[in-house]
Amino acid sequence: MGEILKVDNINVYYGAIHAIKGISFHVNEGEVVTLIGANGAGKSTTLQTISGLLRSRTGSIEFCGENISKLPPHKIVERGLAQVPEGRRIFLQMTVQENLDMGAYTQSGGSVEAELEKVFAQFPRLKERRKQVAGTLSGGEQQMLAMGRALMSRPKLLMLDEPSMGLAPILVEQIFEIIQRLHESGTTILLVEQNAQMALSVADRAYVMETGTISLSGTGKELAESDSVRRAYLGG
Amino acid sequence: MEFLSYLISGVSLGSVYAIIALGYTMVYGIAKMLNFAHGDVIMVGGYISLLAMTSLGLPWPVAVILAMVVCTVLGVVIEGLAYRPLRAAPSLAVLITAIGVSYFLQNAAQLLWGASPRAYTPIVSGALSVGRLSISYVSLMTIAVCIIVMIALTVFTGKSKMGKAMRACSEDKGAAQLMGINVNRTISLTFAIGSALAAVAGVLLCSFNTSLMPTTGSMPGIKAFTAAVFGGIGSIPGAFLGGILLGVIEAMAKAYISTQLANSIVFAVLIIMLLVRPAGLLGKFVPEKV
Repeated sequence: MGEILKVDNINVYYGAIHAIKGISFHVNEGEVVTLIGANGAGKSTTLQTISGLLRSRTGSIEFCGENISKLPPHKIVERGLAQVPEGRRIFLQMTVQENLDMGAYTQSGGSVEAELEKVFAQFPRLKERRKQVAGTLSGGEQQMLAMGRALMSRPKLLMLDEPSMGLAPILVEQIFEIIQRLHESGTTILLVEQNAQMALSVADRAYVMETGTISLSGTGKELAESDSVRRAYLGG
Repeated sequence: MEFLSYLISGVSLGSVYAIIALGYTMVYGIAKMLNFAHGDVIMVGGYISLLAMTSLGLPWPVAVILAMVVCTVLGVVIEGLAYRPLRAAPSLAVLITAIGVSYFLQNAAQLLWGASPRAYTPIVSGALSVGRLSISYVSLMTIAVCIIVMIALTVFTGKSKMGKAMRACSEDKGAAQLMGINVNRTISLTFAIGSALAAVAGVLLCSFNTSLMPTTGSMPGIKAFTAAVFGGIGSIPGAFLGGILLGVIEAMAKAYISTQLANSIVFAVLIIMLLVRPAGLLGKFVPEKV
């Protein structure tokens, strides 16, 4: 179980605003690691930097032993790093099937069909609605599509940005069940969440982010029981 | 009979507008910019085909292919040099740059080929007679080319991997990048297709007008832009429909109202259209996300 992702001392700015202040963390193969923290702590910025949509001024991001911090986003996806972005960002005017096709953009040949079957097995609703335009799906179905789309690229590491955002509690539970299932089937996951309780319940390890820095880290269980985390994020 | 012949000439003129409008609308759809230099690429296509046929003595199909190749390269170079560095810039900066490129192309053409009009021999001559009706082969060819282009583009954007990637980019570039799509390359490809179509439009347009000068592309360019907006900018069937309708309106206005007023009537129709349906005929009104 080696390190699949190693983020070392990254600093990210939005103009003059220093959003990420020299954070370092890592994800081991097969783990679910979560970044929790309040709105504006820099969680999504961190994921976008790993995906190459934003650039760090310092440090390095190693993925499977290769420094990817200078690669363009599409090359990073080719390496096997997929992100389900915040707000899902599925292609609303395209069909469910076309969205999944786009997820498999970096793939070719027979593996695409096999992956499609796996995704449909995981999300049977998507199979029922494969010809439907994605904009007509419900919020929960859109989140499933976003996750299915990312899985189509057969990622070595799946990054999920606020998968529970805007969903009804019952759907949040469903999404976390899926995350649990993906974990059990061996997928490595980096999960960003504001719903700290749910996130800690599925995570092997967790990092707490506060205004661009990592203030705490530990196993999911440790942090769920930590007084300061309970006070700040778990409502008592 | 008279009406029918005006209608046919309107449809064939409209087909030229439609081919140009497809380039406008595809580029707008993906790059969210109005490429005002698009009309001038048409003019370049006209000159290249003319020189290939007259100076080099090449047969017209070869001349057309040569014009398409030159325009494709030109379109990709314009995008790479002038627009790509402005990808993150405000849209006004991009718009002004596009106008600048337009003037640059017109003046470069003037420098290279002179300001005075040149005679352009239509690539095909003659006409088909049906009873008292006579339809020029250029008209028929234009309509046929327009239909083929329309079908090809619909299949390309609907079925092919690159075409789907184009639609993905036009909807959400960030998400498209996260799929592993090379957005810059996709935009280049869009400019390449649009510019190749502009070359075809240039040959057809010059065959209609039988003359060519450095400003030949600007008025049809603006009208095709109007057609694209009319049909719903960003929509491929919209550009087709808008182009044909605009051509017919123009032909009818010339025939029954006034030749001098024809252009004013065309633009007046656009203004009314935009007041009634701001997104155009087939355009989707996309509300700003909250």
